[in-house]
Amino acid sequence: MSELIEKIGICVERGKVNKASPFPPDMKGLDGADEYTKLAIEAKTSADAILQACNDGMQRVGEKFGKNLVFVPELLMAAKAMHAVMAHLKPFFQSGTVKTKGTFILGTVAGDLHDIGKNLVSMVIEGNGWKVIDLGVDVKAPRFIQKISENPGCVVGLSALLTTTIANMANTIKEIKTTSPTTKVIVGGAPLTAGSAQEMGADGYARDPQAAVALLNSIGVS
Amino acid sequence: MKSLLKVLDTGKILISDGAWGTLLQGRGLQPGECPELWNISHRTDVLSIARSYVDAGADIILTNSFGGSPSKLKHYELDDRTAEINQAAAAISREASGEKGFVLGSMGPTGVILMMGEVPEETLYEGFCIQAKALEKGGVDGLCIETMSALDEACLAVRAVKESTSLEIACTFTFERTVSGDFRTMMGVSPSEIVGALIEAGADIIGTNCGNGFDGMIDIVKEIRQIDSKIPVLVHANAGKPVVQDGKTVFPETPEMMAAKVDKLIHVGANIIGGCCGTTPDHIRALTKAIVH
Repeated sequence: MSELIEKIGICVERGKVNKASPFPPDMKGLDGADEYTKLAIEAKTSADAILQACNDGMQRVGEKFGKNLVFVPELLMAAKAMHAVMAHLKPFFQSGTVKTKGTFILGTVAGDLHDIGKNLVSMVIEGNGWKVIDLGVDVKAPRFIQKISENPGCVVGLSALLTTTIANMANTIKEIKTTSPTTKVIVGGAPLTAGSAQEMGADGYARDPQAAVALLNSIGVS
Repeated sequence: MKSLLKVLDTGKILISDGAWGTLLQGRGLQPGECPELWNISHRTDVLSIARSYVDAGADIILTNSFGGSPSKLKHYELDDRTAEINQAAAAISREASGEKGFVLGSMGPTGVILMMGEVPEETLYEGFCIQAKALEKGGVDGLCIETMSALDEACLAVRAVKESTSLEIACTFTFERTVSGDFRTMMGVSPSEIVGALIEAGADIIGTNCGNGFDGMIDIVKEIRQIDSKIPVLVHANAGKPVVQDGKTVFPETPEMMAAKVDKLIHVGANIIGGCCGTTPDHIRALTKAIVH
């Protein structure tokens, strides 16, 4: 049983979705996250243990990403493998057997249409056990504020790629803090630095998805 | 037709333009508005920006069509106007530059990650063809496929342009310095990896834009030159990495700071030099002066 758990973790870390997937090349033809999770559930492995393995796998690939040892393609494939695991765990979430750590509301700020970075953050955070509400791109402040009111205690994440939309990010934070002063807002994106994030009033800055997980787990769990 | 390659062959260093997005915002482009639609709705403003770079001494100007692919325009429900918008972009820059200057049509990434398999290759290929043909019809001398990070998408774009137009093609990638100090795109592609792949796909000019100031660009050009000493190299550098001061985005490198490093950039092998985010006509003017001296 522990062997299956370990394999699930490795499949997530390496981005091995299922037997049919050719990625990664050195695991071609082998079972993937999908097959091993099915077997683990059949063997009555606890959903919590499977989720933990999945979290650990995502954490390992997230750390490698943060060290630039792997890049976007590897992280996307890991997230795809994670989703294969999650699909099997869905009933356990629905029945309440497994609980999420909290709710994370995420979006790319107004005027910015870039979603690759945001999607990576979304996937890695979901893989860490959070419920993620992804509002998409070009999200204006009122939309964030509406979702915050529907999800008390949530943490908000803002993404931007364009240097020209940093000002919109600062305004979004200001508007969120005006209507909901206790809501924590974290930010990330290529043009940002820890200093600029602080300057615009964010509660934290994450330079990569794994850093966002660490940040979220330190400030967001009530 | 004019040939950029022929001019580069004479050994001349050419100056290209700087940022457009920030200048559009300065003229009132609002967050969430489609910048490319301004080619039609605010033609005079876009023309003024193009002219400001010609007046600053740029030998080459680009077009306001970076997000002019059907997949990007779709967000604004403007994908059915792709040809019209791109043709207008080209006509504006042509008008600003006159017949003697060079105009390169800007083509940015689609935002689609091909390896995820969610959008078929043919869809992107067709989109690149529509955009390239419209830019050609509007009067550009060549195309600049820029800010790329994935080799498959960039090569697909180069092939699409090659097969649907008779234009000279530049293709530039955006690199970031990794923790270990070398350069990679977010998809993990290194400067040396783009060289062979882009030339094979049909690119006439390769290079790098965005993400770095001149210091980073110098290292990137060095790496490209280790692989190929002949292919013309284009650099569009940021005015450094932005910082936020008093709620405003500020780019730290002044025109003088950039101009001071231009010799070094030429020395390592750059042939066309211009700006990206944070650069202004003043930066381009300073670069032009520095090269004349």
